[in-house]
Amino acid sequence: MTQPVSPPRYDSGKAPATAPPPAWRTLAARADVRTLSLLGVLAVLIVIGGVTKPDEFLDTRNLQLVLTQASVIGVVTVGMTFVITSGGIDLSVGAIVALASVWATTVATQEYGFAGILFTALAVGVGCGLVNGLLVAYGRMVPFIATLAMLASARGLALQITDGRTQIVTVDSVLSLGERDAYVLGIPPLVLVFAVVSVIGWLVLNRTTFGRRTVAVGGNAEAARLAGIDVRRQRLYLYLLSGLCCGIAAFLLIILAGSGQNTNGNLYELDAIAAAIIGGTLLSGGRGTITGSVLGVLIFTTITDIFALNNLQSDVQQIAKGAIIVAAVLVQRRTASTT
Amino acid sequence: MRPTAPTPLTSRRGLLFGTAAVGAGAFLAGCTSNEPKDEKTAAEDRPAADEPGKHVTIGFAGPQADHGWLNAINDNAKRRARTYSDVTLEITEGSNDTAAQIGQIETLINKKVDVLVVLPADGKALTQVGLKAMRAGIPVVNLDRVFNTPQAYRCWIGGDNYGMGLNAGHYIGEKLKDTPDARVVELAGLDNLELTKQRTKGFDDALKNYPNIRKVARQAADFTVESGQAKMAQLLQAQRKFDALWNHDDDQGVGALRAVEQAGRDGFLMVGGAGALSAFQAIERDDGVLKATVLYPPTMSASAIDLARALGRGKGVGGMAEYEIPASVTLYSAVVDKDNVERYMPTGFR
Repeated sequence: MTQPVSPPRYDSGKAPATAPPPAWRTLAARADVRTLSLLGVLAVLIVIGGVTKPDEFLDTRNLQLVLTQASVIGVVTVGMTFVITSGGIDLSVGAIVALASVWATTVATQEYGFAGILFTALAVGVGCGLVNGLLVAYGRMVPFIATLAMLASARGLALQITDGRTQIVTVDSVLSLGERDAYVLGIPPLVLVFAVVSVIGWLVLNRTTFGRRTVAVGGNAEAARLAGIDVRRQRLYLYLLSGLCCGIAAFLLIILAGSGQNTNGNLYELDAIAAAIIGGTLLSGGRGTITGSVLGVLIFTTITDIFALNNLQSDVQQIAKGAIIVAAVLVQRRTASTT
Repeated sequence: MRPTAPTPLTSRRGLLFGTAAVGAGAFLAGCTSNEPKDEKTAAEDRPAADEPGKHVTIGFAGPQADHGWLNAINDNAKRRARTYSDVTLEITEGSNDTAAQIGQIETLINKKVDVLVVLPADGKALTQVGLKAMRAGIPVVNLDRVFNTPQAYRCWIGGDNYGMGLNAGHYIGEKLKDTPDARVVELAGLDNLELTKQRTKGFDDALKNYPNIRKVARQAADFTVESGQAKMAQLLQAQRKFDALWNHDDDQGVGALRAVEQAGRDGFLMVGGAGALSAFQAIERDDGVLKATVLYPPTMSASAIDLARALGRGKGVGGMAEYEIPASVTLYSAVVDKDNVERYMPTGFR
């Protein structure tokens, strides 16, 4: 694998955070092959869906449905991609979504309205991200452990707040965003949010210093430090970012499901990690692709959709999902090694 | 679907401060939780059947209340015990960890409670500790999830999952018996649970009585609102037209109803399961597709307290000729629809 970061040049005293142009070019070429192979997988799935259930699958309503279902986990995956790119992991995303959604819906049942719900969801997400970031960056805890602890305590807190109850939202301004008449040019608002988050995520990762620093920290943290990057602060920001994405996702989930429950966001951590990995983000850090992550999420959601349309049972769905993860990663290996 | 209980329990400032400081979350959780202030259940409505007598200490060990129904189980047990002046309830912290629950039950055995009521997180895994209690001379009332051997309990009381499916199937069957080529859809619960299979089997068996009805699709959700919404949205997309839906669980039903609303669909009849307050309210309003729900009564824990009390006092059950309480009691999964919903409303859990 190519190191995206060139070795630090001690003589100059100040090494560039980015790789020289030739390396970038090969990297771009590889990214293209990966993206194409993912698009290929998606295309195959669309053909399968179109052949098995032509009327139901190739239908505007179904497209809206698939994209809507992809939005919540998609936003989480964008944040997760940043964390994994930096060589970290965030196991607490599902629990943060749960905590943010129940806390925000606790507000909802107390008539704080739209702004109260949105603000609470985002604040809880950022707050949890802050704790994760401080533990990892300044508490020097392994990300796996720090976010595992957050997973446990956030789920516990969510359960404590709800007592296991389903908190139903009655704020119409929130609920109406999930209805059909809120669609903008046929696009559900949730999907628009997902699109905006993805585009911003892509721009930040590929076109900003923050993005280059993220890649550098994941590639070689020590080199990044020597290159003058405040690695700890960068890590703090990345977990904050992931937490913020969870807060946004929680708000989207409240719109979608019309309620908050302590079981919300169940296994999101695994789905987000799986989507990022099949998208081409390296679990060891140093390489990340938002395009790949978005495609990864779309592939998973499309599979689920095709299975449901064909009335396949959950055991078959799970087996096939596992097989597709393995197949996608194997295909990627192959395309990556042949370039 | 939308209960009306907005009780502002917290100040706005307190809330904003709390959300910023997640570390201090536990404190705020206590303040902001949606604890209903004035919840009455059937347990309170029915007075104690007989006069106070010999004092009985009942140990109660249940799983973690991470679901509305389990929370109602704990509530019902506590409320029922409070109605008896001659009963002391020793209740342990709920846990889904088998080892932890075994420890808790052993503590209750060591405390020498008179009778034990156990709702095991996993019936099979907790059989041994049930046996241990029985050997120590403490009769066990096994609640809902059944132990592996009858030796581990004196009395079992629980719900009827097969009966739930059966009654849901018959209700739908009767409603659709004059509809030619009727199509029925099933939104099941967690597929890896035995109870889900029993519910589906009962449903299928009932539908066999109606040759004009065909089950065209079945999808499993996870008993959660989120999964209910997602699976139902897809079922609605997959089945352009159907006449009835049976949904195994009212919690995931909240999500399922949301999906129905988002898809702008009607023209079919929906039957839920379990007996959540939100489902009862929707049935009473009669403004949506949800027309009925099949009970899996959380009041069973109140009845378990009654049985435990009778056991502790060495008496039978009022109204029965026998001197002893029965070895097993299977509750009836009544169908609640618009006609009788008022009666069941107090038992609805949220």
